Amino acid sequence: MDLFACDVLVVGGGGAGLRAAIAVAETHPRLRVAVISKVYPMRSHTVSAEGGAAAVIKAGDSLDEHAYDTISGADWLCDQDAVEAFVREAPEEMLRLEHWGCPWNREPDGHIAVRPFGGMKVERTWFAADKTGFHMLHSLFQTTLKYDVIQRFDEYFVTTLLVDEGRCQGVVAIELGTGKIQAITAKAVILCTGGCGKVFPFTTNASIKNGDGMALAYRAGTPVKDMEFVQYHPTGLPFTGILITEAARSEGGWLLNKDGYRYLQDYDLGKPEPKPVFRSMELGPRDRLSQAFVKEQEKDRTLVGPYGHYVHLDVRHLGERVIDKKIPFVRELCLKYVGIDPVKEMIPVRPVVHYMMGGIHTDIHGATPLPGLYAAGEAACVSINGANRLGSNSLTEILVFGARAGKAAAAFAAEQREASSSILDQAQDEQRRLEDTLLHRTGGKERIATLRAEMHQVMEESAGIYRAEAALKKAAEKLQELQERARDVALEDHSYTFNTELTAALELSYMLDVAQMIVQSALERTESRGSHQRTDHPQRDDERFLKHSLAYRAEDGSPRIEYLPVTITRWPPGQRVYGR
Amino acid sequence: MSAEPHYTPYHPRWYRRRVSVWWWLQNPSYAGFVLRELTSVFVAIFAAVYLWQLRALVRGPEAYADFLDRLETPPFLLLHAVAFLFVLFHAVTWFHLAPKAVVVRLSGKRVPDWVIVGLNYAAWLLLSAGVAFILLRD
Amino acid sequence: MQATVALTVTRYRPERESEPTFQTYEVPFRKDWVVLDALNHIKDNLDGSLSYRWSCRMGVCGSCGMKVNGIPKLTCAAFLSDDLPGPVRVEPLDYFPIIRDLVVDLTDFMRKLTKVKPWIIRKEERPLAEGEYLQTPDQLDAYKQFSMCINCMLCYSACPIYGLEPSFIGPAVIALAQRYNMDSRDQGAAERLEILSGHDGIWQCTFVGECTKVCPKHVDPAGAIQQYKLTGAAHWVKSLLLPWGTR
Repeated sequence: MDLFACDVLVVGGGGAGLRAAIAVAETHPRLRVAVISKVYPMRSHTVSAEGGAAAVIKAGDSLDEHAYDTISGADWLCDQDAVEAFVREAPEEMLRLEHWGCPWNREPDGHIAVRPFGGMKVERTWFAADKTGFHMLHSLFQTTLKYDVIQRFDEYFVTTLLVDEGRCQGVVAIELGTGKIQAITAKAVILCTGGCGKVFPFTTNASIKNGDGMALAYRAGTPVKDMEFVQYHPTGLPFTGILITEAARSEGGWLLNKDGYRYLQDYDLGKPEPKPVFRSMELGPRDRLSQAFVKEQEKDRTLVGPYGHYVHLDVRHLGERVIDKKIPFVRELCLKYVGIDPVKEMIPVRPVVHYMMGGIHTDIHGATPLPGLYAAGEAACVSINGANRLGSNSLTEILVFGARAGKAAAAFAAEQREASSSILDQAQDEQRRLEDTLLHRTGGKERIATLRAEMHQVMEESAGIYRAEAALKKAAEKLQELQERARDVALEDHSYTFNTELTAALELSYMLDVAQMIVQSALERTESRGSHQRTDHPQRDDERFLKHSLAYRAEDGSPRIEYLPVTITRWPPGQRVYGR
Repeated sequence: MSAEPHYTPYHPRWYRRRVSVWWWLQNPSYAGFVLRELTSVFVAIFAAVYLWQLRALVRGPEAYADFLDRLETPPFLLLHAVAFLFVLFHAVTWFHLAPKAVVVRLSGKRVPDWVIVGLNYAAWLLLSAGVAFILLRD
Repeated sequence: MQATVALTVTRYRPERESEPTFQTYEVPFRKDWVVLDALNHIKDNLDGSLSYRWSCRMGVCGSCGMKVNGIPKLTCAAFLSDDLPGPVRVEPLDYFPIIRDLVVDLTDFMRKLTKVKPWIIRKEERPLAEGEYLQTPDQLDAYKQFSMCINCMLCYSACPIYGLEPSFIGPAVIALAQRYNMDSRDQGAAERLEILSGHDGIWQCTFVGECTKVCPKHVDPAGAIQQYKLTGAAHWVKSLLLPWGTR
């Protein structure tokens, strides 16, 4: 078996991963840093983010305001020391990216322009037209090309973490182009593998978002935090689930039900004004807007189409010039995928799964409880997003915590010995496992697509915007059944060369683990907070649940939930107030 | 399946497709491109004829009259007709490609493509009018 | 309206075949479906061994470039209804080696990308404490179009020069170099000059123009190349007339 050794290994080549790699290359230039990704870095899902990235830059704004907006938006479930570090480092990280060439939109005088965004009191969202994630990812990727020391393993699929002597010492990965199974040892590993939206049927997420890193960390024995908090973005296109950015609302778009009524005013989100008002109506937090949609649907006030219920997003009053200048990609997407021109018609939208607030448990430096294992980005949970993330915080998060994790991992790696010798045995065991259970497998009666569809159905029904005990219990049983059936999966592709059926089977197993974590965490949190709403426990319960849920892997593979108190510094828990 | 595939485990043999010598017949754009490039041949022919004309002029009125007679024969008339069409194609395609290379900004806004193309046509017409005037007046 | 449509797809399994073959599948026809939806249907229900790349399915990641009825397209943006009644022929992008089925090797492009130094080059970095480099909206417009490239490589598949002269660095790479050359914050145009005006650079391009036609993001790489030809030529003349003037 081939063995490659490096000092810091970054798993995942998206925004957080690339930023971490650059941080290692800059702070410890003598360390060997490698980025391993199952797709080429410019395909990472950071690329589809649209709206913007928040950082305090304007005169009338302050770090405390940004922190308060984030904390109240998170329904007080975030760690306030992490939020304070985040808002403090955000402006510098964003400026650094600007220096690296990111084409931020500008004021006429040449300074960075900002736009208002959901849940924020002041304008602080930097943006690059409505393709912010695309420009950020490409700027980061092109900047990594500057550093010869950053080695890349493109299209390598990581199948397990190598843990020995109590620390994480590398990974085993399949080189997709040849089928060769490779062991890569490292003194520190940073998981930046993104979220897990594909666990649900209706999502803005790409096919590659299967919660790989979360499952890898879970199987290595380190806990995964707050998995019950799944963010539904209020405006996705029906059928495809393609994201229509929040910027459409921050520029002034209205959400209308079938009677043409701005229904958000009925849900304690303020009074409708012609122009957008901060933290009010369409600029409220995403969880409240998605919940309002469900309530409207129950009252039969949503429209029904061939792909289910939807409402209208009206941006016609913005005019063609503003639309082409501020949200041109939205216009392009609507024309292409729905066949309507937002300048003249209303856009059909509905809530779709978009982001996972939960993730691998880390401290404010990106370190997990397992020495040598770090995490950053959507895959990690620091937590700054708590029970609900504000739009435009996550693009900044990948920069701030990608850099932090990179620096921390590099400092750790600089002190470590080379990998222990028994690592190779572990890697060979993994190779045998992959070959026996998947590659050389004949027979089997379950189709991957069928298992995936059944997982989708149970997650949609039980772990949606509103949840209840009975449905969650049934879901837990169903997922356990799917886990067993997944052991008997039938593979038609036995090739070594670019076998995407093999990777689909591995991704399915990751997704089933993640689904179990989500359902179990949701079942045991008997309160409603942020994006986790229980119809049987509709109130927020700070006494029992001002805590993060940690999912540990039990002996039989199912999740065991423990709790960790939230860190409160300067903002004691209060009421989330929007529209007033 | 064809002959024994050369596969060594973990060393897949990539398949490289040959580019056919008739690649340019695959689609109308490619064919148009090749024709456009071929117009250079006819432009060269025009230049050669022009040099021949100069040589005849230098040699005296008899040689020149001889030259003119030659030009009126059917093969040369055909050559000139075909060459003229090609040179026209050359000029038109070139005008339409010009805005790609020439980016003019006036007060920050990019001058639209049709203006550049239009200016080229306008200049062409003016020059042609001027030449016609000089040649056709008595 | 027809209920199904035939998809004829390239298959190549290097362990079993020396050459690619075609396989035809019958998939349901839906007017909302793009070619990618059809490929996913094949993989999920008919033949799990079909390999192809895809990710975002909204035309921004650049993974799913393939030839659909001979034209390079993003399969997530190519509607089945455009190619009725079918069969729809789906092949891997031209001029790249085929690894497997519809998957081509991109290492040549990745290598060339690094050669043009696609990052901000400055003689002196501005300290972060001094804030952002000022750039007016007009200065942003000067290079904005060229920054929209999603690296889908449809332009390479459309460029006959890349097919005939594989050492040509290609449209997307030159457009990206221009994106940095024309960024008011960048001072590295001189460093990119050598590779761009070298043997495999802009002068290989004979302005076929297909790259711009197939580009799904309207980057206009042909325009970038022709504009740089003017710059490159002007630079050459200057270096001829003022041999020490360009230092």
